[in-house]
Amino acid sequence: MAARGPGRVSVLLRTYDERDNLPLVVWLLARTFSDSGIDFEIIIIDDGSPDGTQEVAQQLEKIYGSDKILLRPRAKKLGLGTAYIHGMKYATGNFIVIMDADLSHHPKFIPEFIRKQKEGNFDIVSGTRYKGNGGVYGWDLKRKLISRGANFLTQVLLRPGASDLTGSFRLYRKEVLQKLMEKCVSKGYVFQMEMIVRARQLGFTVGEVPISFVDRVYGESKLGGNEIVSFLKGLLTLFATT
Amino acid sequence: RLSSFPFSPFPLSPLTPLSPQAAMTKLAQWLCGLALLGSAWAALALAPPGLQPPAPLRQALLPLPVYLLVAFGCYSLATVGYRLATFNDCEEAAAELQEHIRAARADLQRRGLRL
Repeated sequence: MAARGPGRVSVLLRTYDERDNLPLVVWLLARTFSDSGIDFEIIIIDDGSPDGTQEVAQQLEKIYGSDKILLRPRAKKLGLGTAYIHGMKYATGNFIVIMDADLSHHPKFIPEFIRKQKEGNFDIVSGTRYKGNGGVYGWDLKRKLISRGANFLTQVLLRPGASDLTGSFRLYRKEVLQKLMEKCVSKGYVFQMEMIVRARQLGFTVGEVPISFVDRVYGESKLGGNEIVSFLKGLLTLFATT
Repeated sequence: RLSSFPFSPFPLSPLTPLSPQAAMTKLAQWLCGLALLGSAWAALALAPPGLQPPAPLRQALLPLPVYLLVAFGCYSLATVGYRLATFNDCEEAAAELQEHIRAARADLQRRGLRL
């Protein structure tokens, strides 16, 4: 096994039907890490994508080497939380980055996460869309209103000490992520919220870095009444149990 | 594992809380706070004639809960409105991403990726 430096970063990418985006994300990650001299590995957890994502992943493994690209697929689409647990088993880095594989998160922020982590010796560094020059591209007024409204509600009810609770672009210390995964039980948006809330409960520190979120699929999905209802239910559950 | 009883004052997790606050759920904190403020308000506002505070104070005190609620409502609207208005639009980030995608596709093809 190749020697690993103390600052190696393991990126966990959970993919489902990301045949087009996966090579681009991996290219950007590889470029970012080599430009900043950061040791890395990318763990691709594909949930049995029917569109051939696995095949593309295998090509990437050949191009970048199997010490940099680790393919750890699963048979079918399971939860994000279990994907992290699964991926972490193979992670050799001291830091774990979780992010979306659809290019809404740009790898260029990862060196900033690392810088921030060193600056305050944080256990978690969370990318925030709501502070500094963080922001979003591709959202209309209605979507932004829902986002800000929901965030306001979580701030009032949970007082979490972090400005972006539903964000999923974060850097964790490996031991911290392992500890948190044991405790978190929610799904979806609420899962991301629960991670931060439990981290604070356990006395872990959270730093923030403004990020830009580029939504290129907004037209096709995402935020129906069902999602809002389950978000509220999850929020109230966290309110009552943490 | 989580306690399944939201009102349990004693956490069933192996954590030892460092302070009473750490052990209390947010809901419990709110209920405590409301109980405290509520009983103080009730004691002063609904006191029997012998123990009443002076009239002007009582006049201000009685509608205070409603005032506070309305004030909080206004604060919420103003805050969300402000944050909505100042929500950054990342035009540059989107444009930059398009460029990066072009560069990535070209380079990956050179390296042998077949799409």
